[in-house]
Amino acid sequence: MPSEAPPGAAASPGGAVADPGGTVADPGGTVADPGGVPAGDPVVDPVVDHVLEFPGGYTRTTGPVIGRFLTELRDARIVGVRTADGRVLVPPLEYDPATGEDVTGEFAEVGPAGTVQSWAWVGAPRPEHPLARPFAWALIRLDGADTALVHAVDAGDARAMRPGLRVRPRWRAERTGHITDIESFVPEVTKIVSPVRAEYRLRPGRALTRFLEGVARGVLLGCRCGSCGKVYMPYRLSCPECGVAITEERELPDTGTVTTFAINNLPDPRAPEVPFVSAYILLDGADVPLIALVGDVPAHEVRQGMRVRAVWAPRQEWAPSPLSMSNIKWFAPTGEPDAEL
Amino acid sequence: MSGNRCAVIGVGQTEYRTKRRDVSIAGLVREAAARALADAELTWRDIDAVVLGKAPDLFEGVMMPEAYLADALGAAGKPIMRVHTAGSVGGSTALVGASLIQGGVHDRVLVVAFEKQSESNATWALSTHPPFNASLVVGAGGYFAPHIREYMRRSGAPGHIGTLVAVKDRRNALKNPYAHLRIPGIDRAMVESTPMLWEPIRYLETCPSSDGACALVLASEKAVTGTPAWVLGTAMRSEPIFRAGRDTVDPRAGRDCAADVYRQAGITDPRREIDVAEVYVPFSWYEPMWLENLGFAAEGEGWKLTESGATALDGDIPWNASGGVLSSNPIGASGLIRFAEAALQVRGMAGEHQVDGARRALGHAYGGGAQFFAMWMVGRDRP
Ligand SMILES: [Zn+2]
Repeated sequence: MPSEAPPGAAASPGGAVADPGGTVADPGGTVADPGGVPAGDPVVDPVVDHVLEFPGGYTRTTGPVIGRFLTELRDARIVGVRTADGRVLVPPLEYDPATGEDVTGEFAEVGPAGTVQSWAWVGAPRPEHPLARPFAWALIRLDGADTALVHAVDAGDARAMRPGLRVRPRWRAERTGHITDIESFVPEVTKIVSPVRAEYRLRPGRALTRFLEGVARGVLLGCRCGSCGKVYMPYRLSCPECGVAITEERELPDTGTVTTFAINNLPDPRAPEVPFVSAYILLDGADVPLIALVGDVPAHEVRQGMRVRAVWAPRQEWAPSPLSMSNIKWFAPTGEPDAEL
Repeated sequence: MSGNRCAVIGVGQTEYRTKRRDVSIAGLVREAAARALADAELTWRDIDAVVLGKAPDLFEGVMMPEAYLADALGAAGKPIMRVHTAGSVGGSTALVGASLIQGGVHDRVLVVAFEKQSESNATWALSTHPPFNASLVVGAGGYFAPHIREYMRRSGAPGHIGTLVAVKDRRNALKNPYAHLRIPGIDRAMVESTPMLWEPIRYLETCPSSDGACALVLASEKAVTGTPAWVLGTAMRSEPIFRAGRDTVDPRAGRDCAADVYRQAGITDPRREIDVAEVYVPFSWYEPMWLENLGFAAEGEGWKLTESGATALDGDIPWNASGGVLSSNPIGASGLIRFAEAALQVRGMAGEHQVDGARRALGHAYGGGAQFFAMWMVGRDRP
């Protein structure tokens, strides 16, 4: 029953219960309205400041019901009052706003947790606001209450706010019996951050070292299985089909054929731009493709069967650490006719 | 089928969502397990052993979650093991559980698989870019897009086939209360208006990232309670990803795995003899590709089956009546959900997406670079 908040109580965490002063912008038109200034007189501006502030502040006698509520707040408890038909009003009133009847004298402790029903995000708080950082004004129905209370929710980010968000009060250490004894509500803990870090020291291993040493010399090294005759690239020590050791090295040319490819529209740190083409390239004489970038051609002009050649970075830019593929920038079209697939 | 008879007697699923912020990992798997136990009218005490599956630990950053989750799954004093075969793991997990029944080791096994993708980012976890790599690999979509392109070239399939699957599976999802992606009014124009992520794969032709868990209770014949789905055949296969001449469009391991399951179940014509199939289709084009790989259509003809509407819920061989992986994808559980939905169909308990009179159903999963396969056939009648 989200709409059953007593209108006055729900409207302001200060207003209906105990006016904290200063939050009401214009109590009677006496402060803000400069009205009556004759138009078209640029010389004399008769506006002067005139402040009406009762010394020490007005008092508000709480009466028994709101007084009990504020007294409990001072003890870091939240209570509501029960109506004749059994509902619990929070903040409490002396009367049931729906019927006009007196409430019962029965107070019920509610919360401290509650559920956000709706909210408005305050992106640029004013000096009078309860928090100096962005926050939400929210209608919060405390557990056990039948009505909602307006208060601030310190959620950090508007995206953290949603109907149904569970929140709890953050109490001030020094409490005086005022709605601001609750500094704000804060979301319940639903998530923690658990940093996980695994650090490895990697070596490329014998086969890949041999291959990458070749790349460092400008050579693409493959190998041929003595059992099935297939040529593998990069160089490896055993045949994945036959399981036997491979001993025959074979240098492969840096030309090949695009067998198939993807046009990637999601950025990748290893690609110079979006879109980029990652292609299966079967080097001439090899029986397994490698996956590499295709460049120097618009992405949508790449074709299955396109002939390509490795584009090596200029010698002076070659990586100081030789064990890397970075000496090859990408593969680019050779201009030859497409190969049959 | 080899070994003792085995039946699925309980199925439990969580709601699949982008973020299940309301439950811990333990709470998530317990939700599915408790529902499976309730379905079987059993309690934790009735279970002999637990088999847990999930995809790489790097997805949640919980290393060896089976150790942490043993108590949560009621495994104190009982055997528990963990299965991992990449994306096919959910299927493999069911098959490991079934083998414990078929082998006569246990009478009731709880099988659970899960993923809580929202705890990190699967694309990050799959793209660790180790040094010294000789090949540039770009996430799951970037990996599979070239295989789809090659399928399109070989088969000559028109470009809208993937769109049809994306629409069909999401429409089915509207009939599945557990499904994650629910897109009322989805149609071809909507799918075609979404951007290419990894051309030729569009955004809406891609599976979502989901949190969720799925659980089964498997029983030996003498321990059956409630409504059984009988296991008629089980098989797993893998193939070397770097083998020369490997066919990534029509993987040999998938064909061999299907042939093994069909042989055990006595299936000679899958299109006619299977009533409904739950097949791992994470990118829409994998429906026509797997239609061929699984023998529902001849090579190059799978897309025609899709185009004809045969695989729709009212077609003669509905595929992914539940909405499939395209609609819900808690990766580690995605394979088990296929197996579970197959069981629900032959038990007559699939609700709004029930295929009338389903007697035999195929559950399928694949993983890695399309190099791991797991399948089972379940039936209404005891073999
Ligand atoms: Zn060989």
